[in-house]
Amino acid sequence: MADEDIRESLIAVQATGAGTADAVAIDESTAVTAPDRASRFIRAVRFVRRSPKFALGAGIVLAIVLFAIFGPMLTQNPKFSGNEALQPPSTDHWLGTTGLGYDMLAQLAYGARGSLIIGVVVAAIAVSLSVLFGVVGGYLGGWTDEILSLITNIMLVIPGLPLIIVISGYMDGRTVWFVAFVLGLTAWAGSAVVLRLQARSLRNRDYVAAARVSGEKAFRIVFVEIMPNLLPLFAAQFLFAMVFAILGEAGLSYLGLGATGSITWGTILNDAQVGMALTRDAWWWFVPPGVLIALVGGGLSLINFSIDEIINPKLRAAPAAVKSVRKARKTVLKDDHAGTAGTTVKVDA
Amino acid sequence: MKYYVRRITFYLITVWAAITLNFVLPRLTPGDPAEIMLAKLARSGVQITDQLVRSVNLLLGGATEGSLWDQYVNYLGKIFTGDLGVSITSYPAPVVDLIAKALPWTIGLVGIATIIAFILGVGLGAWAGWKRGTWADNLVPATTLIQSIPYFWIALLLLYIFSVKLQWLPIFGGYDVYSFANPELSWAFISSVVYYGFLPALTIVLSSVGGWLLGMRNMMVTTLAEDYITTAEAKGLRPRRIFTAYAARNAGLPSIAGFAISLAFVVSGSIVMEQVFSYPGIGMLLIRAVQGKDYALMQGIFLVITLTVLAANFLMDIFYGFIDPRARQNG
Repeated sequence: MADEDIRESLIAVQATGAGTADAVAIDESTAVTAPDRASRFIRAVRFVRRSPKFALGAGIVLAIVLFAIFGPMLTQNPKFSGNEALQPPSTDHWLGTTGLGYDMLAQLAYGARGSLIIGVVVAAIAVSLSVLFGVVGGYLGGWTDEILSLITNIMLVIPGLPLIIVISGYMDGRTVWFVAFVLGLTAWAGSAVVLRLQARSLRNRDYVAAARVSGEKAFRIVFVEIMPNLLPLFAAQFLFAMVFAILGEAGLSYLGLGATGSITWGTILNDAQVGMALTRDAWWWFVPPGVLIALVGGGLSLINFSIDEIINPKLRAAPAAVKSVRKARKTVLKDDHAGTAGTTVKVDA
Repeated sequence: MKYYVRRITFYLITVWAAITLNFVLPRLTPGDPAEIMLAKLARSGVQITDQLVRSVNLLLGGATEGSLWDQYVNYLGKIFTGDLGVSITSYPAPVVDLIAKALPWTIGLVGIATIIAFILGVGLGAWAGWKRGTWADNLVPATTLIQSIPYFWIALLLLYIFSVKLQWLPIFGGYDVYSFANPELSWAFISSVVYYGFLPALTIVLSSVGGWLLGMRNMMVTTLAEDYITTAEAKGLRPRRIFTAYAARNAGLPSIAGFAISLAFVVSGSIVMEQVFSYPGIGMLLIRAVQGKDYALMQGIFLVITLTVLAANFLMDIFYGFIDPRARQNG
């Protein structure tokens, strides 16, 4: 990375959300051959099993996804207003009713569907754009790269939400796809910076040079040779973009600028604001949607964090090493105390 | 020197891009923003002069006068003379005046809260990284969770607990509007501002501190695994010195280099948050403009927010070039 702008690589570190300098320069072993890749996969699975962070994150996300899939089948129509309005949680309505008599549980279940769909669509758009601007630019280099990375950096510093608000302000009837598209347009820049640095470093590897010499086309090199090596990064960025999208959509809908007629966690919060839930003491109206948003976001971030620890072994190894040293010290002290000489100190570094 | 030239060029291009975006957006939309705005103005009984029509058309691309290129050149001229048109929701107040009134509130609030969050987050993060392998590692899942809570929802909760339930703090506004007709420079007014700004500031600090903390903690863990740290330990340096001069100093660089991204997040978050507290800042004004279809005001606010964020980033970049010689060297 000698020819690389040091500041940019540091920004990349920040942009991953929870990254490190080494995430930016994946170690030499990344140039994969087939069996190597398989063993790496097994190692990853083994790690994931041992990681409580991953288990917790995946558990939360899975539970909410199941709620989004099956919840709407089991609850009443979320826009059925025949219930008594503004009821606190009871056996009839587990989470109470809103000011318009909607069942909160039904609203939440449909809202989960709405929010998660937006999240996935936006993440897909954002990752595709970051591949275009990051990987393609980074691999091709030259003027293409200069222009693509200039656009990336501009999008990085222009604050996203005001832009989204302005675009939404001009549009009257907003569909879910429109909202997803606009959110996606503002969500890709951070990932593109990271991917570009990665692609640039991979470009100079011998195996890519070999592919080029053997006459492979640029398109094939990018998608077949380089992309597989970036998979863990893609996964991390997909999740990151999902969190961004769910939070962004919630904010937009809360302001009344979301997709017209849709139900998401954000629209529920908007209803609560309009219905003055705060001053009417209807905590069951505005607390659950926020809790769900936080749980999904937290769950996805935890998964992301575990992926980060896979990409960057230092994050995992360093705390473990410190821990084992401390354990060893303790064992020594204890042994000295008990006077049992000759016991070997167990260090599993 | 090359570093500064590059950064300045970049920001000039970005400013140009933001202005051009502002020019293009209303012209791309399916409806006719200029038409809508003029019709609204006419309905509210305002005398529509030719000059007003021309000004609105120039900003929003209504019934076109001249080629697109001519419009663009005229538009740029208008922007550079500081003319952002008039607002229709508060006619005949110029957009510039409305923004000038709202901007200090947001800059003060976001600025102070961001500085507090930055110092707190980077400090705690450095400490958590230093204490790696202990219970401090549990801070990581805790902060990721806090980080995933929307700003405005934290604001709602704080408002519910401290203003509605406990009634310790005010429910809305930026200062006591009953005691002060207009902002003034007095201790009573300033303390009123602090009193009203406490919850909004707390919201920003709570929601943005996690990002700084996590970034710094991870960087610290990575830095502490470097060989030069081992060397420093082997030399017998005091842990305190290793912590400050060797580890934290180097680990802190990405936090500063990545300031731009974080600031964009904070600004976005606080725009929605201002709505919760009815804080008289730029976010409230933007929402009001959007709801009232006051396109000139909306555009002006977007431009000013973008320029302010760019200015903050630019200052941070200059500062960065000053503290990291590598940046200056490699350009």
